[in-house]
Amino acid sequence: MSSKNDSEVPGKLKSGVSRRGFIRRAGIGGGILGAGVLEQQAPAAPPAEGTFVGPAAVPITLKINGKTETVNLEPRVTLLDALRNHLDLTGAKRVCDRATCGACTVILNGRSVYSCTVLAIDAQGRDIQTIEGIGNGRPHPVSVAFVNNDGQQCGYCTPGFVMAAKAFLDHHPDPTYEEVKEGLCGNLCRCGTYVGVRQAVLEAAKEMKGGHHA
Amino acid sequence: MPDYSWPPMEKRRVIGTRQKRLDGIDKSTGRAKYSSDQKPPATLFGALLTSPHAHARITSMDTSEAEHLEGVKALRVITPAGQEVQWEGTEIAAVAAVTEEIANDAIRKIKIKYELLPHLVREDDMAKAGNRVKAAGEQVTGDPDKAFQDAFAMVEGTYSIPVITHCCLEPHGNIVQFDGTRVNLWPSTQNVSGIGGDLGKALEVSAANVRTRMQFIGGGFGSKFAADRWGVEAGLLSKAAGGKPVKIYLDRATELKIAGNRPSAFAKIKVAATKDGDITSWESNSWATGGMTGGGMPPLPYVFTEIPNKRLNHSAVAVNAGGARAWRAPNHPQASFLTCAALEDLAAKLKMDPVELFAKNADLTSRGGVYRSQLQKASDAMDWKKRWHQRGDSGAGPIKQGLGLGINTWGGAGHASQCRTTINPDGSVLLEMGSQDLGTGTRTIITMVAAETLGLPMGAIALRIGDSEYPPDGASGGSTTVGGVTVSTRKSTVNALEKLFVAVAPALGASPDQLAAIDGRIQVKDNPSKSLPWQDACRKLGTAKISEMGENDPRKPSGLNSSGVAGIQMADVSVDVETGIVKMNKFVAVQDCGLVVNPKTAESQIHGAVIMGICAALFEERVMDEQTGKYLNADMEFYKLAGIADIGEIEVHMDIAPEHDKRGVIGLGEPPAIGVVAAIANAVANAIGVRVPSVPVTADRVLAALEGRNA
Repeated sequence: MSSKNDSEVPGKLKSGVSRRGFIRRAGIGGGILGAGVLEQQAPAAPPAEGTFVGPAAVPITLKINGKTETVNLEPRVTLLDALRNHLDLTGAKRVCDRATCGACTVILNGRSVYSCTVLAIDAQGRDIQTIEGIGNGRPHPVSVAFVNNDGQQCGYCTPGFVMAAKAFLDHHPDPTYEEVKEGLCGNLCRCGTYVGVRQAVLEAAKEMKGGHHA
Repeated sequence: MPDYSWPPMEKRRVIGTRQKRLDGIDKSTGRAKYSSDQKPPATLFGALLTSPHAHARITSMDTSEAEHLEGVKALRVITPAGQEVQWEGTEIAAVAAVTEEIANDAIRKIKIKYELLPHLVREDDMAKAGNRVKAAGEQVTGDPDKAFQDAFAMVEGTYSIPVITHCCLEPHGNIVQFDGTRVNLWPSTQNVSGIGGDLGKALEVSAANVRTRMQFIGGGFGSKFAADRWGVEAGLLSKAAGGKPVKIYLDRATELKIAGNRPSAFAKIKVAATKDGDITSWESNSWATGGMTGGGMPPLPYVFTEIPNKRLNHSAVAVNAGGARAWRAPNHPQASFLTCAALEDLAAKLKMDPVELFAKNADLTSRGGVYRSQLQKASDAMDWKKRWHQRGDSGAGPIKQGLGLGINTWGGAGHASQCRTTINPDGSVLLEMGSQDLGTGTRTIITMVAAETLGLPMGAIALRIGDSEYPPDGASGGSTTVGGVTVSTRKSTVNALEKLFVAVAPALGASPDQLAAIDGRIQVKDNPSKSLPWQDACRKLGTAKISEMGENDPRKPSGLNSSGVAGIQMADVSVDVETGIVKMNKFVAVQDCGLVVNPKTAESQIHGAVIMGICAALFEERVMDEQTGKYLNADMEFYKLAGIADIGEIEVHMDIAPEHDKRGVIGLGEPPAIGVVAAIANAVANAIGVRVPSVPVTADRVLAALEGRNA
């Protein structure tokens, strides 16, 4: 699975078409860029040495949107399934369940991750932010921009896209159009909302410059 | 009878304005609850055991260990020992358990033995298909053989477009609660009003005892109409578990294997023309599969149906793979690709600009004038005249640029629909309809029509959809929703307003027919000084609220909607002839679409349709392995969709003008999805100088086509 860390995010594009740039931006993107790439991949937590838990359910304590929640879960339960099946936080969606489509994107310690491939037990001790926890009780500027620019249709990919866009903008507050396309290539939409999503992320970038947005 | 006609374009206050979708903020904040997000109290999780084999007989099955696993509440055998399964993914058994993990554990503990049987999973080589082939009768028009003999130019080619799968992001599934008498159903469906009858029949419960509720659906594209096996099994598991709700959603692999696909289409095509480019003769031998039932027949020749001499043959091939379902404009994208590819090859042979070839032969279509004007409009937007070059005349260097075009046609007549409008004495307004918003913006356009009629802001209208207890509305398929719901809403709101006028007229010293609803007031027409604010007017109702129905009956034309649209689509691509990679530069979609209620969401529909077409042109393909009978890429890593960086720029032109507006509302969801594959495949041929005969146009296919030319 390819992945990309912060340092690989390109700066402003040079003019003209380079071979490398062409390949990166051209049709094969659905295969290479689209597969398993999120702008910010958080490293997996190392297992605590010398401890064995499970397979039965164990108490797992998660810090989600600033609140601490303890649930009894089998250690094999993913963070996504913990959120959806046990905590009624259903904004993150289960679509591919294999770290390809980004519909389950949440922010872990400030970095966007596919929650379908993080175990809940490994997310302990980290700050987990879900779509339900952004915006301080009001719709976050990214959410608003998705509405303004109609960057959604059925909406099933939207919460994941919004979280990926928020994490991207938190780290790249002034992106170019090309950088938006690169930065959001870890999320897939089936209805075909990308035209609106691109505009939404650019609009949100402008809005968010006005101040800090949780 | 009241006057239901749409207000003249220049007098509309809401219809035709660019409105944000009303449920947008619920979706983009994660508050929107899809059925797959629901978990009614005591919900059990269901899981399915499905066949790993394309064709096999089950020789034995032992479910005892699974049934006794702690946490398992019910288990059902769907396909018992002794029976055959005919495709990978066939449902064999279902389990309900207290957690999803236990349900999946139980599935793994079912011991099952299969006797493998011969299979056929690929339809590309007809010679291997044997008795799986079912030919439709030959159709001949005119004298094609003579016309081919007399022709100045003729091309022959074999073209193909594979099976692709819907890949709805919200997988198929539902929650069903069944106590033996009553059913509660939370589905993911394109048919809220109708699915309960379907499920009820299977569970032997009257439709009146099935309550269906769905507020949001995560994609359907034609694949989500029926109650399906998993719906029935969820119901039976629920009953077996004492009436606890059972939630079954397909995992991604199963979703891609059995929850619907679009039939393939292969064709050997011969087409001929005079020196001046008048098309004289067409011959096609086509075949397709849609699973064991064979699949759809693409309507060939597409759009250019009046070619004077034709010979058509088509065969359906039965393969051991999941069955086809309706897919955004069934059979049309395949037919458009096959036809436009052959015609573009003909144009190349004639050294003729394909836009000229299409325009010259536009009278072979049923809407020649419309297509000619659209060809002009699209050419202007693409700067085609200046930028088009002869096939392969793309200059030096490895990056070759090319242009191509595709064509579409569709119906889009409104479905049967009923709407109820309630005006309360406190001035509040409620609309109810058993419809669904697939993401097309249905909620928004219903509310716009109501606001227009009642002279109120959209925020003053409450709308409830997605419940079988509301007045019935048809299934959302065939681009029929907008035409249906706008008319039932218009009629229902006009009817309610007429009743309000009767109640208010005495207070304004006028007769009801002299009144109008404008800007939140009920006033005497042409005399705004005699008026009452909406709320004061509604108080005249006393304690009796108004509740009025309105209906769209497709059998009785109302003049408010119609059908029949045309579109021209053009692609601009670059192809690296050293790597084979195709890059989208620009796409132009010109679409005729009648009265456009909300241009903002209508544009999004076209953007989405084009992007879906880009996926099919460059990425999507179900890959079947004949050796194992397996669907090799039933996932989202290798079943590829376009990403946000893969689509280039998309320019949409809707013909919003009085001459189109007067036709009324026409569906738009499907037609712009039709000609995209054709346009892109043709642009690639124009760029690299050789036809890539099979889509998706992947790098390996581009290189193979180039090698063929060089060999």
